[in-house]
Amino acid sequence: MSTREALCITLAFAVAACTTAISPAARGPETPDLGREATPAQIAGWDISAGPDGVGLPPGKGTAAVGAAIYEQKCQTCHGAKGAGQPNDRLVGGQGTLASKTPVRTVGSYWPYATTVFDYVRRAMPYIQPQSLTDDEVYALTAYLLALNGIIGEADEINADTLPKVKMPNQANFILMYPTPSK
Amino acid sequence: MDHSKRRFLKRGVALIGAVGLPASRARLAKAAEPPEVPSSMKVPGAGMSPYGVPAKYEDSVTRTLIRSQPGTTGSGASRTPLEALDGMITPSGLHFERHHNGVPDIDPSQHRLLIHGMVRRPLIFTIDALLRYPMVSRIHFLECAGNSQLMYQPTPPNLTAGQTHGLVSCSEWTGVPLRLLLEEAGADASAQWILAEGSDAAGMSRSIPIAKAMDDAMLALFQNGERLRPENGYPVRLFLPGWEGNMSVKWLRRLKLVPRPIMTKDETSKYTDLQADGTSLMFTYPMQVKSVITRPSHGMILAGPGLHQITGIAWSGAGTIRTVEVTTDGGRTWIKAPLVPPVLPRALTRFRVPWKWDGSATVLKSRATDDTGAMQPERVRFIADHGHNAIFHFHAIQAWGVGATGEVKHVYA
Repeated sequence: MSTREALCITLAFAVAACTTAISPAARGPETPDLGREATPAQIAGWDISAGPDGVGLPPGKGTAAVGAAIYEQKCQTCHGAKGAGQPNDRLVGGQGTLASKTPVRTVGSYWPYATTVFDYVRRAMPYIQPQSLTDDEVYALTAYLLALNGIIGEADEINADTLPKVKMPNQANFILMYPTPSK
Repeated sequence: MDHSKRRFLKRGVALIGAVGLPASRARLAKAAEPPEVPSSMKVPGAGMSPYGVPAKYEDSVTRTLIRSQPGTTGSGASRTPLEALDGMITPSGLHFERHHNGVPDIDPSQHRLLIHGMVRRPLIFTIDALLRYPMVSRIHFLECAGNSQLMYQPTPPNLTAGQTHGLVSCSEWTGVPLRLLLEEAGADASAQWILAEGSDAAGMSRSIPIAKAMDDAMLALFQNGERLRPENGYPVRLFLPGWEGNMSVKWLRRLKLVPRPIMTKDETSKYTDLQADGTSLMFTYPMQVKSVITRPSHGMILAGPGLHQITGIAWSGAGTIRTVEVTTDGGRTWIKAPLVPPVLPRALTRFRVPWKWDGSATVLKSRATDDTGAMQPERVRFIADHGHNAIFHFHAIQAWGVGATGEVKHVYA
């Protein structure tokens, strides 16, 4: 084959590649594709996040009365009796203080979503033994903190269905700044 | 540059050692003056070492203001000693730290990264696999959203540049563009957010907009040429150039594509900005334009009137630093400080300007402007706009007062 013929063939392939194979070009260069497909069981073991829509909340339930006993045993040393704080974060009260010179940011006065309490306690608390609580214990502690803040009743059951419906008092005071300011 | 200015700069560089801490001056006093031959020339020196460490005489250059929550050892921060460093790169061992429940000990051969949620194929990656991907290297600052938070308080905290502003550091980061892995997993077009989660005892988690993930987000594996330090996310961290540091999740183990933000603790109860009127700003991602003079700064003593070198750093999460202006008369006049190349987007930018001190009390400040036109505000203006109650995103002008004795102190001015 002459150089000229080779060039013509090369050009023909190049034109064909440009006209017919648009999607590979759009995807960019080939990548290694070294990920191993994850099984549903593998994902279930790691997927501990739960958002305001309730997706990710596990089966289980709890009430404030059950939560109070767990709190005294596992949380009170750091967060004080009935969430009063000291030595670490205060969890209860502070409503009406956010525009003052001494704002008190707690679950009740500040946190915009109730599901965050469940998500955070499940993944990170107690501080010295994270991920040691059962889902029922996390639901009960969530119920206890919400009841202490007067957001739900003492006897209200918190579960995957009721928790996303809890309306937090400070939610409307958050202004979203992404992608553009909302107010 | 005219002849007189060039001479001015030259003399300024020669006098750089005149600004410093009393301790370093004491050491200089012991120097062997000529004609004495230095003792180091009369005996063989030390041998080679497997991993170099700083000179023993620099042992005071450490991370500072290391504090943890009561009853904990790993829920707190340590700061970069900005006043002791120069150039644009922070040594990895002095990069600031912010951990929410300690530094995990992770064997890279045991670590896995899971990508799942709204994807065609949920995938698990090993570190060895990630190391085979195409990588990019970029120099970027990382700043904790809570940097300089003490400046919200009504009285000056009287701390060094590093203690007030040292939750910013700058490294060369090398890693895999996140976009490549999201494309391999087949991200659903309707997925708008990604929940990123760390493998630490806090299960650190933040919701990341997919637009940022597909733009310049990186899975960083290397920092300043070597694998990440444990305290900076070993073996792999998310890195989001220019955005608040907390979102660059360390020890990354999971990315879940979701339609809406998860509203984790660290994007609702923390890392939101309470304003004076009681409302709070949420999702304030880019770190704003900012600068600080690192020398002379709080705690230093000017050795006497004459030429001194003013230097500092400027940065912006929105882009590239365009100008830094410096005032040596409390804000009456401002001069442009030359920027030290390279001037890179979302990277610390060094500025230097010589200053002839006449020996009288004055105030030094710097103010940066980025290429979007955003300029660092005066503190009075910033506090008027945002109040004293916020914790994050303080980026107003920092002032250092110089007394007639040469003592440099933090002031609100």
